[in-house]
Amino acid sequence: MSGLSATWLAVLGTAALCFALKLAGWLVPPRALEDPRVRRATVLLPVALLAGLVVVQVFAARRTLVLDARAAGLAAGALALLLRAPFLVVVVVAAATAAVLRGL
Amino acid sequence: MPGRGAVLRDALGIGLAVGAYGVSFGAAAATAGLSTLQACALSLLVFTGASQFALVGVLGAGGGVGAAVAGAVLLGTRNLPYAVRLTDLLRLTGPRRVLAAHLTIDETTAMATGAPPGLSGLAFWATGASVYVLWNLATLLGALGAGVVDTTALGLDAAVGAAFLGLLAPQVRDRPALAVALGGALVAALAIPLTPPGVPVLLAGLAVAAGLRR
Repeated sequence: MSGLSATWLAVLGTAALCFALKLAGWLVPPRALEDPRVRRATVLLPVALLAGLVVVQVFAARRTLVLDARAAGLAAGALALLLRAPFLVVVVVAAATAAVLRGL
Repeated sequence: MPGRGAVLRDALGIGLAVGAYGVSFGAAAATAGLSTLQACALSLLVFTGASQFALVGVLGAGGGVGAAVAGAVLLGTRNLPYAVRLTDLLRLTGPRRVLAAHLTIDETTAMATGAPPGLSGLAFWATGASVYVLWNLATLLGALGAGVVDTTALGLDAAVGAAFLGLLAPQVRDRPALAVALGGALVAALAIPLTPPGVPVLLAGLAVAAGLRR
């Protein structure tokens, strides 16, 4: 198998499997959600995963925990959030903070 | 309470922020040895950023197709409970569910679940359209411009963490949700040194248990 077709296999295989996961969630019958604990879990799961994503995105360098310009960017973004800034401002403030720190 | 205008403004804002991230994805894919067409195919067909980054990361490091796909799909599993949550919230029927399925990602779920009452549908579709268009345009730009622009020097990697925090904040409405968020962050931090990339985020999902107890 050539390198090109192996890469295409990875691209198309990932596309098919990721779409299947998304569609499976949409086809869950509504009665499966009647249990209040199940419903509560589906409400809270995005909260847990987003919190995990923040940590991985900001403090992970492969398999090590690090404190670098990304953390300063996050802190600045959090401050903007507390000041009720719109989403885009929060993101720009975080990026600019990290960029300035790296430029020093 | 924010209205329709605020929802649309935030949808565009998220699209622009994700677009910035998309440029770095296109560049990462090109650096990992993927063609521009392959990078664009990933963004058009997979359309779930963390999985795409995981795939090109493993391929670029010389990993096999099986390991690369497994990591990407593992990260994509969180879209399944997102879709379950959205099914309950949006109540769609028929073929529209197929289109909604393709647009089911962190950003659209967070916007739909965080929207004021009655605006969940608008928040979902507006964010989906905005993110889909800008993510794909940005991927193309990044793949073509790889090597020309240094995305790290621009702080684009820091923008992503802040974007996830911005999506998380409106969903932390009560004490149990706060406990789940802090628990998820703690679990992920503990798991980073102990598990392969992609797994810490999945383990963070276990923190849901903190919000189910009385």
